[in-house]
Amino acid sequence: MAEENRAELNRNLAQMLKGGVIMDVTTPEQAKIAQDAGACAVMALERIPADIRAAGGVSRMSDPAMIKGIQEAVTIPVMAKVRIGHIAEARILQAIDIDYIDESEVLSPADDVYHIDKTQFKVPFVCGAKNLGEALRRIAEGAAMIRTKGEPGTGDVIQAVRHMRTMNRQIHELQALRDDEIFEAAKKLEVPYDLAKYVHDNGRLPVVNFAAGGVATPADAALMMELGAEGVFVGSGIFKSGDPAKRAAAIVQATANWQDADLLARLSENLGEAMVGINEDEIKTIMAARGE
Amino acid sequence: MVVAVQYIEKEQGGDQTHDVTGILAVQGAFAEHAATLDKLGASWRLLRAAEDFDDSISRMILPGGESTTQGKLLHSTGLFDPIKRHIDAGKPVLGTCAGMILLASKLDNDDNVYFGELDAVVHRNAYGRQLGSFQTVGSFGDIHDLPLVFIRGPYVAQVGPKATVETEVDGHVVGLRQGNILATAFHPELTDDTRVHELFLSL
Repeated sequence: MAEENRAELNRNLAQMLKGGVIMDVTTPEQAKIAQDAGACAVMALERIPADIRAAGGVSRMSDPAMIKGIQEAVTIPVMAKVRIGHIAEARILQAIDIDYIDESEVLSPADDVYHIDKTQFKVPFVCGAKNLGEALRRIAEGAAMIRTKGEPGTGDVIQAVRHMRTMNRQIHELQALRDDEIFEAAKKLEVPYDLAKYVHDNGRLPVVNFAAGGVATPADAALMMELGAEGVFVGSGIFKSGDPAKRAAAIVQATANWQDADLLARLSENLGEAMVGINEDEIKTIMAARGE
Repeated sequence: MVVAVQYIEKEQGGDQTHDVTGILAVQGAFAEHAATLDKLGASWRLLRAAEDFDDSISRMILPGGESTTQGKLLHSTGLFDPIKRHIDAGKPVLGTCAGMILLASKLDNDDNVYFGELDAVVHRNAYGRQLGSFQTVGSFGDIHDLPLVFIRGPYVAQVGPKATVETEVDGHVVGLRQGNILATAFHPELTDDTRVHELFLSL
């Protein structure tokens, strides 16, 4: 059972990550490149989403030995993914002292009904959400951080944009309601009343909200910040590109200074080849549909 | 005890002509400091680029976040030099967590040195990974019963003669003062207790 202030401490760590870029890495060498480029955390996984998508088959939690190798290589926080609903994988990652668990639709779901009861863990969780209802359900289950569920491994930012715009529109709609209308809004969103009330009163989620999925360029990162993301996850976009170190550093700077168009222009120059990418309507598996 | 996550749409608060607190805003929990200063009615400005720093800045806050990320961005944004001059001139600075690391003259588990003005050797991630993060209650100098929040925090391994110890937790030094520099391994900006910020504003 988690101690009383653990949930706050776990939300606090996400606050420290704000304005930063969290990068997918598969080896200690990549983790060092990410840290040297200014990543505020890394996501350790055996295959990046583009390769998971290409390889097909069942995708699971990474080998703990591989994750430990990355933990030893860097001083920034290390995150790792578990399958949706896979309580045992989450316990394993907690046992190796991971900084954050991503209960992720990028892996094959282990449970098509239930997510993990994250309130039973000491270690923090980040979960994906396409809209406000999904975000508040994950927070009710104990998620200490939310990210959009942009389609991973595609290099196409359209879904992350859709999710961020949907979330913010729904937050504004909820804010505009009279107090006596929040009960009905909570029912329609299929979320606990207290969380709907929090969003109504504060005009934001009670946890930090990052963009994730399909971010491939400094301009993509700046776009997501413009739309209200508090930071950015970059998956396949960096280590599937021509010059990972340069692109990683450029995306870090673009996220920090997303309003500065002159800087963005300089950062976007001569970055080498971006990841090839797949358009939304060309993909067979819509990972964002996993776990609502 | 802990305030809500802050999202600041404003880039500045209060009168911008004089006695403005500059808040380093390249990465991390800078909005939380801005919200605390708003509560105290003090002027502040987020510093994202060298042009944001001008003569109206009389105080600096170095917020929590990832020190390696902030260290890179301090240089790429050109903010390092004006902030370094501010610190060298003995003007008020508050550094929390990553901010303490940026101020330290030496890190005992990292080769980087940033501003280097605080006479102390600081140990990064001294309490381990996130499972080592904790809350407790302590003092900062004369401020007692202060909520202390440590998030993957550092502690001070060695205090030099120029700095004085303001906070100790379980035998480790986690709060220092050196002239107008206040440095904490914990996060006063994550709580609703504003007394450390009030002390900073009185310098």
